Amino acid sequence: MATTTIKRVYGYLAEFDSPQALAKAAEKVRDAGFNKWDAHSPYPIHGMDGAMGMGRSKLPWFVFFGGLTGFCTAFCLAYFTQVLIYPTVVQGKPANIFTVPAFFPIMFELTILFSAFTTLFGLLGMIQLPRLNHPLFESENFARVTDDGFFISVEAADTQFSQENTRKFLEEIGGANIELIEEEL
Amino acid sequence: MATGTTATSSGERNVLRRDALVLNNRSFAWITNRVCGIIENRQPLLWWILFLPCAALAAFGVAGLLSYLVSTGVGVWGNNNRVMWGWPIVNFVFWIGIGHAGTLISAILFLTRQNWRTSVNRAAEAMTIFAVMCAGLFPAFHVGRIWMAWFLAPIPNANAIWQNFKSPLLWDVFAVSTYFTVSLIFWFLGMVPDLASIRDRCKPGLRKLLYGIASLGWRGGNRQWRHYEMAYLLLAALSTPLVLSVHSVVSFDFATSVVPGWHTTIFPPYFVAGAIFGGFAMVLTLMIPARAIYGLHDLITMKHVDNMAKIILLTGSIVGYAYLMELFISYYGANKYEAAAFEKRVTGPFWWAYASMMFCNVVAPQAFWFKWCRQNLMVVMVVAMFVNIGMWFERFVIIVTTLPRMWLPGDWGDFSPTWVDIWTFIGTIGMFLALFLLFLRFLPCINIAEVKWTKEGAHVHDDGHQSDNEITERQYRGDEAVPTAG
Repeated sequence: MATTTIKRVYGYLAEFDSPQALAKAAEKVRDAGFNKWDAHSPYPIHGMDGAMGMGRSKLPWFVFFGGLTGFCTAFCLAYFTQVLIYPTVVQGKPANIFTVPAFFPIMFELTILFSAFTTLFGLLGMIQLPRLNHPLFESENFARVTDDGFFISVEAADTQFSQENTRKFLEEIGGANIELIEEEL
Repeated sequence: MATGTTATSSGERNVLRRDALVLNNRSFAWITNRVCGIIENRQPLLWWILFLPCAALAAFGVAGLLSYLVSTGVGVWGNNNRVMWGWPIVNFVFWIGIGHAGTLISAILFLTRQNWRTSVNRAAEAMTIFAVMCAGLFPAFHVGRIWMAWFLAPIPNANAIWQNFKSPLLWDVFAVSTYFTVSLIFWFLGMVPDLASIRDRCKPGLRKLLYGIASLGWRGGNRQWRHYEMAYLLLAALSTPLVLSVHSVVSFDFATSVVPGWHTTIFPPYFVAGAIFGGFAMVLTLMIPARAIYGLHDLITMKHVDNMAKIILLTGSIVGYAYLMELFISYYGANKYEAAAFEKRVTGPFWWAYASMMFCNVVAPQAFWFKWCRQNLMVVMVVAMFVNIGMWFERFVIIVTTLPRMWLPGDWGDFSPTWVDIWTFIGTIGMFLALFLLFLRFLPCINIAEVKWTKEGAHVHDDGHQSDNEITERQYRGDEAVPTAG
């Protein structure tokens, strides 16, 4: 039985030789109006957000509500069980609204715990990980992104993408080792 | 000793120049190679020489003796009616304290922009995780019937009994388990880009698959980095109050009781300072040999050792102040029980433990006032060892000199540990070191991405200001006009 692999173009990958060159090129890709593209580097580069025209991450908002949930959970857990369901008088300490200060440590800890979990899962949601593979890993050169390689990838899904013009554009802005990345379907 | 020079030949302008964090201006590829090489190359013989005895001690002391304890009963420990906490809780407080330096380095030094943290934070965080694992064993088995330990968790149960949320012991359960969980998240998240580095260097196979899964499919795109950096900042901001709270809550176990010698308001800050103090000593104890064995001198420089020695000096002096203040208040407070407790502590049967504590924690670190001592690795190792021992004695003194001498003389008792106590503790040291050696063997022990981040010329503009050519998101969207030059 003959097997045929159908390939789909994912996009282009271009390499740049320094973080400064990467940022300069990113500014040009940004100004050319691309939307589905990314600048890859071994470490987060200061100033890349500006060069890519991106603002502050919205993650803190999720974490705020995560922390609030933790705080309320701890209050309800301690107050309902200690004051409403099973009032325990230990060493003459009250079991009413005045008991609440004794619950502060647990309210604090659960606020932190829920915030941390929200940070982790919120982040994974926003960066759309984990995933087992990605078309970019088809490129052998791309393995250097976690070592000392600086890359720009432009996706074919971008409305501005065209196989000839985008390649030319990436060459113009100084990209080297330009590769057409194809993913197997 | 080689350090980065502060004054260079180019004259006065560079007098205030900071020491480079990565010496010899090593390239990005060199950093990746050196750190990943530790995992990829054969381990030196010394690794096996250290690992095998540690693993054997862990197997005997932790797995073996705790099985013996569970099958026989907690009576095999030396805890008795007077000293109901005994060695297990001494060891618990000791280990949990060790962890604090890891979180301090990873969170507080991150928030205060101390970039030198980048080459030691990974190992220090690993140390935190392993120390908290060792710590957790003791209270878990100290409950006596380990199969009932789930009573600590607020789960609806057939007895319809709920935990006492007013008790510091339950606060401790929440504080320590939160601390462990958050430290684990912080450690793992910080490691993701570096695990991807190892993944990208592996040949296809099981190794690549495992590191690939662990690195979550990280691609290093700025669309990932910007959220990642925010997450890291948030976790640092969450861990900072957390780490201060954990040892405070541990100290509440003591301070909220009415036992003379424990019932003092100085306990939380004193415990936290002591924890950081002991933790940094442990970081140095682990990192100085690791640096020598794996040739990490360009990444963990003498500046790092120097800075940690200074933190030991600072926190050691805070601890010394607390010891003296305790003595002063017991005299000045005119409470005869308090005074008696401290008199017994200093001159009683365990005077030698108190004297060891004073020497190791207060006198020994004073060597670090002198630059020569901070720059001499032998001296640093010796002082760090003194501090490790001294901090264990501190907890021993607090628990074992106080409980046998409470209010009523007729109630007084004595304490001596059993061989099971001693070997269980030695077993946890073996477990801690064995886990740390495994960490060095399988995980990137230096934060590769962050070390690259601190290198000169790693960023678009090293001054951190927006350039003329950069625009903000609002300007990009057209909500705001882009200012024109001139």
